[in-house]
Amino acid sequence: MELVVSLEFSGGAELLFDKVKNHEVSLPARANGPWTIKHLLVWIKDNLLKERPELFVQGDTVRPGILVLINDADWELMGELNYELKSKDRIVFISTLHGG
Amino acid sequence: MPVKCGLCEKKAILKRPKTGDALCKDCFFWAFEEEVHKTIIDANLFSPGEVVAIGASGGKDSTVLAYTLKTLNERYDYKLDLILLSVDEGITGYRDDSLETVKRNQQQYELPLKIISYKELYGWTMDDIVKQVGLKNNCTFCGVFRRQALDRGAMLLKVDKIVTGHNADDIAETVIMNILRGDIARLKRCTAITTGADGALPRCKPFKYTYEKEIVMYAYFKKLDYFSTECIYSPNAYRGHARTYIKDLEAIRPSSIIDIIHSGECMAVKKEVKLPVQGTCSRCGYISSQEVCKACVLLEGLNKGLPKLGIGKPHKVKKLEAQGKIFTDTKNPKFVENRDADKGSMANNAAALDF
Repeated sequence: MELVVSLEFSGGAELLFDKVKNHEVSLPARANGPWTIKHLLVWIKDNLLKERPELFVQGDTVRPGILVLINDADWELMGELNYELKSKDRIVFISTLHGG
Repeated sequence: MPVKCGLCEKKAILKRPKTGDALCKDCFFWAFEEEVHKTIIDANLFSPGEVVAIGASGGKDSTVLAYTLKTLNERYDYKLDLILLSVDEGITGYRDDSLETVKRNQQQYELPLKIISYKELYGWTMDDIVKQVGLKNNCTFCGVFRRQALDRGAMLLKVDKIVTGHNADDIAETVIMNILRGDIARLKRCTAITTGADGALPRCKPFKYTYEKEIVMYAYFKKLDYFSTECIYSPNAYRGHARTYIKDLEAIRPSSIIDIIHSGECMAVKKEVKLPVQGTCSRCGYISSQEVCKACVLLEGLNKGLPKLGIGKPHKVKKLEAQGKIFTDTKNPKFVENRDADKGSMANNAAALDF
C-alpha cells in the first residue's frame, strides 16, 4: 500500500528543491518492512533533490546542520533514522546553514 | 511513544543540544528566553535608558534576537530603546529581498528601522564593486565594508550600543578559525561578549551561549518571519571548513560547541607576547592596526581603478604610496563627505570588531 506523507523544506533547504517548500508525496509500498526516515532520505535524494545532493545528505543521514522535525517534534526525540513513517506524517527539514 | 517534557507533563518537542533535556514548546520558549536574560544580567550588558541598535539582516539570528530582546525588555523592564539597524550592501536579488523581511519585522515588532547603504557610505554598491573586481575577492570588500557600516549607521543614530545575533556556533567557529590562522590577537578578543567597550560604541552578543539549533527551533515554533538564502555572489561561502567541522562535532557531541567557547575564553596570552597595537586610521579615524585602515585602502583601489589594492601584501600599498600613485589626496573623498558631520568623533567612537 502506498504511504502518503508531507515534506517541507525551509531555512534555505528549499533552494535544493527548486525553491519548492511543500511536497505531498506518495511512497510506494516496500516489500521488506516499513518505511523509515532512513529509507525516506534515500527516496528524497533519488526523487526530489534537484541539485548538490551533498548539501542535503551525508552518508546515510542528513547533513549536520539540517534540523529534522517529525510531526512538529525534534527527530532526536523520535528515534531519528529509525522512526517508522505513518500515513499523513509531516516531516520538516530546516537548514541552519544559510545566512541572512 | 512520545517523550514527555522534563519540566511538566506535556509532550516534548525538542531535545536541547546544550543539556540533552527534552522540553515541551512552552518550557522551551521559557528556558530559551530566560537563558538569554541570564546572559544579559550576568554580563551586565545594558543599563536603563540606553538606546540599543540591533544589527538586523532579516536572517534567523537577528530576527530572533530582535523578538527576544523586545520580549525581555518588556518582561524585565530593561528600559531600553531598541532600534533595528540594517546595512544595504547593494546586492540586487539578495539584500533587497532580505530588507523586505526587516521592513516587515519593523511592523511586526513595532521597532524603528534605519537602513544604511554602501552607496551612501562609500559611493559604491556591491553590484558596482563586483563589476570592477569580479567574483574572486568581492567578499573581502563586502566583509570589510560591512564592519564599518554598522558602526557608522549606529553613530548616525546616536545609539549607546550595538547588539548582533552572533550565536554560540558562530563563536565556536571563530575560535577554530583564529586558531587555524594563528591569529592570537583575534583569538583573545573573539570570545568576549562585549567588544569596543573602551571606545564610545560597544558591541555585544546576547546569543553568545545560544545554540543555532535552538534559535532556528524558536523561530520555527514561534512562526517568526525570517529570510534565508545564499548570497548570490558567494553561493558556497557558508561551506566554510570551520563551519562544517563545528556541525560535524555537534553531531557527535552537542556540548562541543560550548566547550570550544569555554576553551577560547580560558586561552591566555603571556604578558611578554607583543600583540599588534590597535590605533586609528590616519585617513578616516576608524580603528585599525595599520596606518591606513583596510576599508580606506580598498576604497582607494576602487576609486583609482586599482581594484587589487589591499588584496595582496601591504608592502605593495606602501610602494605605490611612495611612488605618489595612491593616497595623493589626504583623505578618501567619499568618506570625508560623510564623516565631516561628526568630525573628530570617529576616532573616539571607533569600535573594535572581531569578525
